Amino acid sequence: MSELTKLPLKGALDGLKAKTFSSSELTEAFIGAIEHSNGALNAYVETTFDKARAQAKASDELLAKGEGRALEGAPLGIKDLYCTEGVRTTACSKILGNFVPTYESTVTANLWQGGAVMLGKLNMDEFAMGSSNETSHWGPVVNPWKAKDSNQALTPGGSSGGSAAAVAADLCLAATASDTGGSIRQPAAFTGTVGIKPTYGRASRFGMVAFASSLDQAGPITKTVEDAAIMLNVMCSHDVKDSTSLDIEVPDFTQFIGKSVKGLRIGIPDEYRLDGIPAEIDALWEQGIAWLKDAGAEIVRITLPHTKYALPCYYIVAPAEASSNLARYDGMRFGYRDPEATSLTDTYELSRSEGFGKEVKRRIMIGTYVLSAGFYDAYYVKALKVRRKIADDFTEAFKSCDVILTPATPSSAFALGDEKKAADPVSMYLNDVFTVTTNLAGLPGLSVPAGLDQHGLPLGLQVIGKALDEGTVLTIASVLEQAAGFTQKPSKWW
Amino acid sequence: MAIDVATVKKVASLSRLREPEARLESLSGELNGILGWIEQLNEIDVTGVEPMTTAVAAAAPLRDDVVSDGGKVADVVKNAPKTVDGFFVVPKVVE
Repeated sequence: MSELTKLPLKGALDGLKAKTFSSSELTEAFIGAIEHSNGALNAYVETTFDKARAQAKASDELLAKGEGRALEGAPLGIKDLYCTEGVRTTACSKILGNFVPTYESTVTANLWQGGAVMLGKLNMDEFAMGSSNETSHWGPVVNPWKAKDSNQALTPGGSSGGSAAAVAADLCLAATASDTGGSIRQPAAFTGTVGIKPTYGRASRFGMVAFASSLDQAGPITKTVEDAAIMLNVMCSHDVKDSTSLDIEVPDFTQFIGKSVKGLRIGIPDEYRLDGIPAEIDALWEQGIAWLKDAGAEIVRITLPHTKYALPCYYIVAPAEASSNLARYDGMRFGYRDPEATSLTDTYELSRSEGFGKEVKRRIMIGTYVLSAGFYDAYYVKALKVRRKIADDFTEAFKSCDVILTPATPSSAFALGDEKKAADPVSMYLNDVFTVTTNLAGLPGLSVPAGLDQHGLPLGLQVIGKALDEGTVLTIASVLEQAAGFTQKPSKWW
Repeated sequence: MAIDVATVKKVASLSRLREPEARLESLSGELNGILGWIEQLNEIDVTGVEPMTTAVAAAAPLRDDVVSDGGKVADVVKNAPKTVDGFFVVPKVVE
């Protein structure tokens, strides 16, 4: 296998600019890697190699003239939630099984405008509803990492499991992902990669298949913190096609990498010390605190009193929005239509019941229930009020600190086919216990790999920032990255 | 408030879903499990708290009331299960 695929995005961009290798060579290396590996890992659900070769050739012509753009010639993977013109987009649901968009999402349009090369579409949980990639219509992704004492196939996390696995296994330089409750940060933590969910409104949601519109946000999964900054520079933009997209300047996020953290105040929330969390997760958190202290930061104890209510609040707000967003799948204008149904009601009900998977249907029903007459105030409005309390907790905490440091996940990667989690939806939902608060509050959150657990599996730390302060989040994360010196890769079994 | 099988059926129908009879019992258990866990929100006093509907505290943007897009019939019906002459073909609505 070519060494080129092992480069971080930054290294590859430098090599392309210096003409050490061409985009065509780099792209062929990735195509070879995907052809060799995808049977075992199932990270890609669609490949676009012809398109990739054409884009690489065009990039090489620009690079030869010294006219390369920010991502010129860089082969990327795209989560199957982003509409890509002329390329099948399914959100890994049967109901969109043959959907070929006639338009491009704003985030991916920005990437192609920046010179990037598309290798294909990446696997995910159906409509981004899941934490293990097992709800995908195309079957689960397999984590490239395995425990050192077991041959058991592990989940790469979810919902952006394909994005995380592809980056970890060197099947793309970087990938797009999306995060509604932790769908970028949890898979990043499970695969030893970096994932950032920027502030709500930083990146346009136009052309992203909607799950819960007030929570969904685009972001990258990458090999390094610097690569995350490079991706954010291109992905984020103001877009009139998304009314929640913020009309503010996108800074050059790379300027925040390697800055000093001297004097920065790091908040440590008491409420993130949970019962039943493995001791090594707490130990890693302590280690992260020590690294930042050594680098000159000041450690501040903070309190986020409503943390334990974030997940139950989320499981009202997100399903409510999902039940409304997914009403569009009715078998009429696009997507799956039951071929046997004759009446209107039969067509609706049979198309939806066959087209949606079990978890998606469960969430639609929860959403319908909490929005239905008689329960709307008790559940939905109540949750919106709790959401305000959770956001207020952060506003209060940020009066005494600049960023917050927490663990990223309550465990390392778990087994695919975990029976307890399959039988008890709530135990699966608990995966997002540390990440979901930032979605509710709209804040930026980043997961950076910081060490291995006793089984040799990666663990991540999460950095949470003030709204629009991705810069300080990236500064802190790059210091943690440097201190952790996390360079481990999964040993290649596939 | 427990969700019995009749309620599951009603919610499924409101959701335009048709779940097989054999699945209703287990669905009732799953939904009760989730809603029971959600009940803990009742521990919080939210008197006087304004509901939060968006993370972005910005006014809805306005634009000029002019046609900015359109004329894309072929694109609009391209992914339809069934079409005739640029129209969607759907099951009969009125008998």
